[in-house]
Amino acid sequence: MQIQTTDTLIIGGGLAGERCAIEAAIAGHDVTLLSLVPPRRSHSCAAQGGMQAALGNCVKAEGDDPSWHFLDTVRGSDWGADQEVATIFAEEAPIAVRELAHWGVPWTRVRPGKNTYFIKGKKVEIDEPEEKAGLIMHRDFGGTAKWRACYASAGTGHAVLYAVDGEVVRLGVKVLDRMEAVSLIHEAGRCWGAVVRCLRTGRLSTWLSKATVIATGGHGRIYGRYTTNATINEGSGAVLALDTGIVPLGNMEAVQFHPTGLVPSGILVTEGCRGDGGYLLDREGKRFMLEAEPEKQELASRDVVSRHMMDQIKRGRGVESPSGAHLWLDLRHLGEKHLRTKLREVWDICRDFNGINPAMDLIPVRPIQHYSMGGVRVNKDGEAYGMRGLFAVGEAACWDLHGFNRLGGNSLAETVVAGRIVGRRVAEFTAATSLAVDTKIATAFLVDAEKRLQSWLDRPSTGANVYQIRDAMGEIMNRKVGVFRNGSELEQALMELETEREKIARVGLRCRAPGSNPELAAALRIEGMLKLALITTRAALERTESRGAHCRTDHPTRDDARWLNRTLARWPQDAKSPVLSYEPVGLIDLPPGDRGYGQSLQRPMEQSIETYNTDVPAAMRRHGALPTSEAMGTRMRWGAWRSHEKRPIQPERNE
Amino acid sequence: MSPQVIQLETPRTLSFEIFRFNPEEPDVKPRMQTFLLEEMPFMTLYLALNRIREEQDPSLQFDFACRSAICGSCGMIVNGRPRLACSTLTKELPNRIQLQPLPVFKLIGDLSVDTGIWFRGMAERVESWIHENAPFDPTSREERMDNDLAQAIYEGERCIECGCCIAGCGVANVNPDFLGAAGLNRIARFMRDSRDSRQDEDWFNVVSDENGVFGCVGLMGCHDVCPKGLPLLEQYAYLRRKMLSARLSGA
Repeated sequence: MQIQTTDTLIIGGGLAGERCAIEAAIAGHDVTLLSLVPPRRSHSCAAQGGMQAALGNCVKAEGDDPSWHFLDTVRGSDWGADQEVATIFAEEAPIAVRELAHWGVPWTRVRPGKNTYFIKGKKVEIDEPEEKAGLIMHRDFGGTAKWRACYASAGTGHAVLYAVDGEVVRLGVKVLDRMEAVSLIHEAGRCWGAVVRCLRTGRLSTWLSKATVIATGGHGRIYGRYTTNATINEGSGAVLALDTGIVPLGNMEAVQFHPTGLVPSGILVTEGCRGDGGYLLDREGKRFMLEAEPEKQELASRDVVSRHMMDQIKRGRGVESPSGAHLWLDLRHLGEKHLRTKLREVWDICRDFNGINPAMDLIPVRPIQHYSMGGVRVNKDGEAYGMRGLFAVGEAACWDLHGFNRLGGNSLAETVVAGRIVGRRVAEFTAATSLAVDTKIATAFLVDAEKRLQSWLDRPSTGANVYQIRDAMGEIMNRKVGVFRNGSELEQALMELETEREKIARVGLRCRAPGSNPELAAALRIEGMLKLALITTRAALERTESRGAHCRTDHPTRDDARWLNRTLARWPQDAKSPVLSYEPVGLIDLPPGDRGYGQSLQRPMEQSIETYNTDVPAAMRRHGALPTSEAMGTRMRWGAWRSHEKRPIQPERNE
Repeated sequence: MSPQVIQLETPRTLSFEIFRFNPEEPDVKPRMQTFLLEEMPFMTLYLALNRIREEQDPSLQFDFACRSAICGSCGMIVNGRPRLACSTLTKELPNRIQLQPLPVFKLIGDLSVDTGIWFRGMAERVESWIHENAPFDPTSREERMDNDLAQAIYEGERCIECGCCIAGCGVANVNPDFLGAAGLNRIARFMRDSRDSRQDEDWFNVVSDENGVFGCVGLMGCHDVCPKGLPLLEQYAYLRRKMLSARLSGA
């Protein structure tokens, strides 16, 4: 049996994993990074529009600071975020962006003098002052008080990923691509590495490590083809954690739908389009967001814009097409020059996939699954609940910066900011521990994985096929666990998913080819993906309120008296269904209020914030939170946001 | 409201001739295998290949990740020309579609090749990272940069390492050490970057032999096949100019 050892094992080669690897490698540890694909092909490269960091460099960003960023993030999350995590994040984002500049990211820079922008449908000329010349420029994104998104044309994720991967190569981090972790090696609440399947040869091996990091990205593919996510975003990391039976997943019902998925392919069209002044139009060419959100218009948060769009479609104001109704994204007024430079990737996508020219044609768009706010629940150091030595970071984790709705540009920022912070903790943890593990444990997990593989190979080559189950899951999730949800559809979805899960036992395996065997690889993932779908649906059914992206038409009120909490889902070994529990969202500084956009039905908290906060540390420990290197609350900036709260926040309108 | 009615012509039946070989099954010889598939609206090679695998032959190997022409996973030879499969619409192709793996790279199986190892090797050879002038100072503001320079760097940064230029290069097909367009473009990207401390003389050894810019024989297949439309001709001209002037100034 092949047993390999390393100090720090990182599962996932996107930005979060690579940034983490850099910290561990700088600290002198032997780092091994496993990735499904060569790291530069990770889904981080698909982030187009920008990365939020409060540098305050251009005129429309004047006066910006981390406490504004904190405020926007917590409001965007509909108060589901952990406010201490949001504080740490907002404070470190500017450093992370500047570090990336140091590593070579060609950030778009401030051009002094007259610049022309489109703001709320009007062409505006603004003089950028000479003293800001050449600093990192910002663009507008949804749900923010200031222009804050730093960007490199419309290829921000790509440029950041290439710079970070350059550092990984420079540091000589060992990267093994086409490797998939299939289970974690653990005993008595301590993780010791993973069993890994090679996607070149199909062979299994075991990796023992002092610290193990899950950085596998999101799980949008539980929505089948109804997602902007890459084909590799199947939630393998969340499943690894879930399969321990100990580590919980947080807020799996919090699923973001991006307003502008291209029809019919589902490819993302960046929020930067609306940030730079693009319009959303109904079938008659009317800007429906003007009426729906007079203040923020097209730039309300993503959950809000997606709901207004689905509402238009439901009311018959969409454009019919063979692949369903859609709306239009209008960029024509931005002009060809702007489209071919600042939104160049959008130009290419329109040309390549729809054969259209966005300077002359309208772009067909529709909301589509985009981001998983939920994931492996970790404390602020990134360490998983209930499992020493296991960390999670980036979209795979529920750290929990995003609560029930993530702001555009905060995911790219999270990957590198959390990568730095969690990476430091991982390095400290690795330094303070030794690889004191009995290899018998590793053998036991390897034998289990071999049995699982063999049980698939022993199946007949007839019967249902794994792709049918995957497609059925996607249809159920898209139709019944989408932008609008209600109790009866969620119950139906649960039953239908359960039926699909039972069908797995009758699935055959047609392919016996040696090597990676693509059908076997899909078969090995399907049960875990169905578990994630079931948890998402169950958690959505139980949460009888509307918060952020979780919108229950039968429970339209945000209920802070009952639901100001985070869902935790565990799947005990051999259990038929998940076990849900609820922990507080974290320490609260900014009190729950109105977001300034979207619906405003609220049932207020019944207890005082002081009372709520008193119980937070103990409650989180009860739910499995491990001790952090600094005590909970140490990084809170109590009341720092107050200076920005001059205007009383009032509901724009009532529904 | 009147739903827009789309008149579909009788769909074509496409004939896919696909290269098959699995190195884990060395006894089975490489061959071409034909699959028939009915064309659909907006069908890309991504959709077509997945349908073939899911409905006709579950052992077929190929690579896709983003399926939106930004991750560079799916380079392959389509009717004799290196292309990204995901952004190739079948309606642009004749009824007979021949698919082969990219040459030069190590074959993993069928249409899947190992571009990861090749590009990591390239990154190590050209030291594809900023050689900093001073260590990062987290307390200071970012260094300024003219936006035009940032745009020029970004232009070269847009390479997605799909390998089409390497597969389409007459020199790379016979000289495995040739850096190719992807490698030379990367060098030009760092040479332009004011944050990088390497001087023309430092680059001279990396670039100016038969494995570098002077190995190119000017066929410019790379320029024709680059799916991102990178200005490879300009990048080559820039490198040659820089190397000649470094030589003339006595490097």
